[in-house]
Amino acid sequence: MSNEWPLWEIFIRGQNGLSHRHVGSLHAPDAEMAVKNARDVYSRRNEGVSIWVVKSADITASVPGEKGPMFEPSQSKIYRHPTFYEIPDDVGHM
Amino acid sequence: MYAQMVKSTGTLMSREDMSPQEAAFQDRVDAGDKIEPQDWMPEGYRKTLIRQIGQHAHSEIVGQLPEGNWITRAPTLERKQILIAKVQDEAGHGLYLYCAAETLGVSRDELTEDLLAGRMKYSSIFNYPTLTWADIGAVGWLVDGAAIMNQVPLQRTSYGPYARAMVRICKEESFHQRQGYSIMMKMVNGTPEQREMAQDALNRFWYPSLMMFGPSDKDSVHSAQSMAWKIKMNSNDELRQKFVDQTVPQAEYLGLTVPDPELRWNEEKGGYDFSEPDWDEFYQVLRGNGPCNAERIGARQKAWDDGAWVREGLMAHAEKHARRVAAE
Repeated sequence: MSNEWPLWEIFIRGQNGLSHRHVGSLHAPDAEMAVKNARDVYSRRNEGVSIWVVKSADITASVPGEKGPMFEPSQSKIYRHPTFYEIPDDVGHM
Repeated sequence: MYAQMVKSTGTLMSREDMSPQEAAFQDRVDAGDKIEPQDWMPEGYRKTLIRQIGQHAHSEIVGQLPEGNWITRAPTLERKQILIAKVQDEAGHGLYLYCAAETLGVSRDELTEDLLAGRMKYSSIFNYPTLTWADIGAVGWLVDGAAIMNQVPLQRTSYGPYARAMVRICKEESFHQRQGYSIMMKMVNGTPEQREMAQDALNRFWYPSLMMFGPSDKDSVHSAQSMAWKIKMNSNDELRQKFVDQTVPQAEYLGLTVPDPELRWNEEKGGYDFSEPDWDEFYQVLRGNGPCNAERIGARQKAWDDGAWVREGLMAHAEKHARRVAAE
């Protein structure tokens, strides 16, 4: 089996003022080549002004099986949303 | 359709036969929920998707060959630039799709080796030669047109990474079809010989394009399970009909004749009646006996072998550099 190039996750800033956004992944031998390849694979039509590359292996993800304990606690905390509070119309916009 | 006759594992499973886990999975799919790589999925779903996405990716990559054939002979510098951009897009589409397949636990090298060993297929359409410049027009217009027909609904497929790849691809695909049609328009408005070339290209690519959607529904044995899993969104005949209905008026606008004496508008069904392609030819091409099968796989094999030292060299350089940085 050959020594396959590692996988990189690609993040692109569409324009200044926006965050970098995950757009996909690609294989490259190192970070510099990953940036160069990302330019050709993910920004052929003016899609970006800046590229981040991160080795896929370096990403730590939450465990899908623990989705419940991880995210459900916030569901019951509806008082965290502004709509929880009734403010009379007379008060005006708040 | 770039993925034809993808073998689904087994026949459609009934609700009663499903394990609780499988039933919960099917519920998610039915509800329109997207399945992501880390989620539990039935083994058959995973395997069928690897075959389908892999076949789709291979088609994009092999699909560069018939068009690449004309890059050095494009009639103008502008057409040459356009064709290079299109072929580069196909490479990009192949890469998006390979990455989507890899999220299912198969490596890029395995996918490539399966293609070269004939264990995985690519669309039958790319086993036909591009003999004249008009063929480049016909490929963009008809082949990319047929691909769009299949790919637009796949943007809603149940597997997240596949759906996302499809969204990117569909955004770029429209340029491919329009540049093809633009070549055809130029050809039919040219000399009588150029017009003849355009007609000849349509004659040769019409039926192979219809074959892209796969066999007739009555012979399509793998569809039911894939449709239940939402990795196939429409039946083969449904998409083929849609393609014919869309393409015939476009051919008429060009003043070209679709090579089918049986073609006529059917008011009742609101679509065209048309002749089926020669399915024996289709199966022959799939079996490896098309006009260009050996040439296409030969080119892929050569690229894989000739590129080995580059892949290895760059990796060795990256490792050496990383060791040096670590030592400092």
